[in-house]
Amino acid sequence: MRTEPTSSDRSTAETFQNAHTLDPAASTASQEQVSDEIAQIHDDYRQRLVAGQDTETQPRLDFTPYRSSLLRHPTKDLHHADPETIELFAPAFGQRDVHALESDLTIQHNGEPIGERIVVAGRVLDGDGRPVAGQLIEIWQANAAGRYVHKRDQHPAPIDPNFTGVGRAITGPNGEYSFTTIKPAPYPWKNHHNAWRPAHIHFSLFGTDFTQRMITQMYFPGDPLFALDPIFQSITDPQARERLIATYDHSLTSHEWATGYNWDIVLTGSNRTWMEDEEAEH
Amino acid sequence: MAQHPALKLAPTPGQTVGPFYGYALPFERGGELVNQAHPAAVRLHGTVYDGQGEVIPDALLEIWQADEHGQVIAREGSLVRDGYTFTGWGRVPVDNAGQYNFTTVNPGPTEPGKAPFIMLTIFARGLLNRLFTRIYLPEDTAALANDPLLASLPEERRQTLIATREDDGALRFDVHLQGALETVFLSYPRAS
Repeated sequence: MRTEPTSSDRSTAETFQNAHTLDPAASTASQEQVSDEIAQIHDDYRQRLVAGQDTETQPRLDFTPYRSSLLRHPTKDLHHADPETIELFAPAFGQRDVHALESDLTIQHNGEPIGERIVVAGRVLDGDGRPVAGQLIEIWQANAAGRYVHKRDQHPAPIDPNFTGVGRAITGPNGEYSFTTIKPAPYPWKNHHNAWRPAHIHFSLFGTDFTQRMITQMYFPGDPLFALDPIFQSITDPQARERLIATYDHSLTSHEWATGYNWDIVLTGSNRTWMEDEEAEH
Repeated sequence: MAQHPALKLAPTPGQTVGPFYGYALPFERGGELVNQAHPAAVRLHGTVYDGQGEVIPDALLEIWQADEHGQVIAREGSLVRDGYTFTGWGRVPVDNAGQYNFTTVNPGPTEPGKAPFIMLTIFARGLLNRLFTRIYLPEDTAALANDPLLASLPEERRQTLIATREDDGALRFDVHLQGALETVFLSYPRAS
């Protein structure tokens, strides 16, 4: 029997069962309540669009249905900065950092992982449509049972000894990437009662400018949990949400081996390139 | 200042890093941009707080900076550090008390007269998209006074971007995601 952890040992004592007691933002709200909150925010967004407000492309930082965001979002507007030298460049990664085999998540152990083998492939582009070549992509994900190899994930689903769920790649000359992995499953979390995340793969991306740095999540087409998920729905614009959903692509599917999904990622615009173009004109 | 050209493609939305990045993103010596034995080694440290002043134990921080001469570096080897190659980039998770540590060098000004700063990116569970800010070095007060970004901020907000130099030479920079001491977070042109 677990005892209530004190604040001094909260990090070591936390398990899935008691995690909600440690996060003051976790709630016992029902799915219906959370869905109502989401619907109200989306309604408000639609009305603002009609009134002429710009389309939103990014998630709201202040999004009450995602309870953990309550005390972790800035309340002041982001402050505009004109990027200076260091902000116009990004760290360099390459062969020294990433081995070619790190893009195959199914060969990291002695045996074959359990689950549906998939290929996820696409391109990384910037907001001008330029390929982001030679840059680092990192992914991580749950296994086919919806379990992460992470000590804080204690929900009762099996760990697969043949699947860690971490991959890396360096993009090719046209910004292309390809990962071989196992399709992750949905999993429960503590945001509200009976809360489940849609299946997703986390992606971490770099551009040519560090201001393009982003971390996001890729989802699978047709997931019935989309409408219920406050993290996915924190993106108020439906077209923007679609940009996180991969497409089933039979040309990426291989005979008797793996099904294929295509997902292209667009980073924000480079500020270096257009400044250079402008300088070249003078 | 010229008008920023419009984007051709709509950017993909970000999402929270979530709670389970700990086995995926941190890497060995991720916070050691230089070895502690490097003659110019400087500790950069601080704590990440939420809107009630509680420490955040599940945030991930990245820094990106010029070297001590103000040169922007384009060298591989950040993820597999050899202990000698300065790559300008580092990544650390905060510890259970919300504290982080980098070992780096003081960046030089990237242009003469510019106030040197380190770029900082913050990811956390509960934070739906990454946040950017700048960690300015406190010494060059003339350059700080002339800095366009700092000049555009009221005094109390300006201070949230300037690190404190401690007696042992370390830089201290706390991050407040919310509240009276809320750090100034930045947006850049051409984000949408």
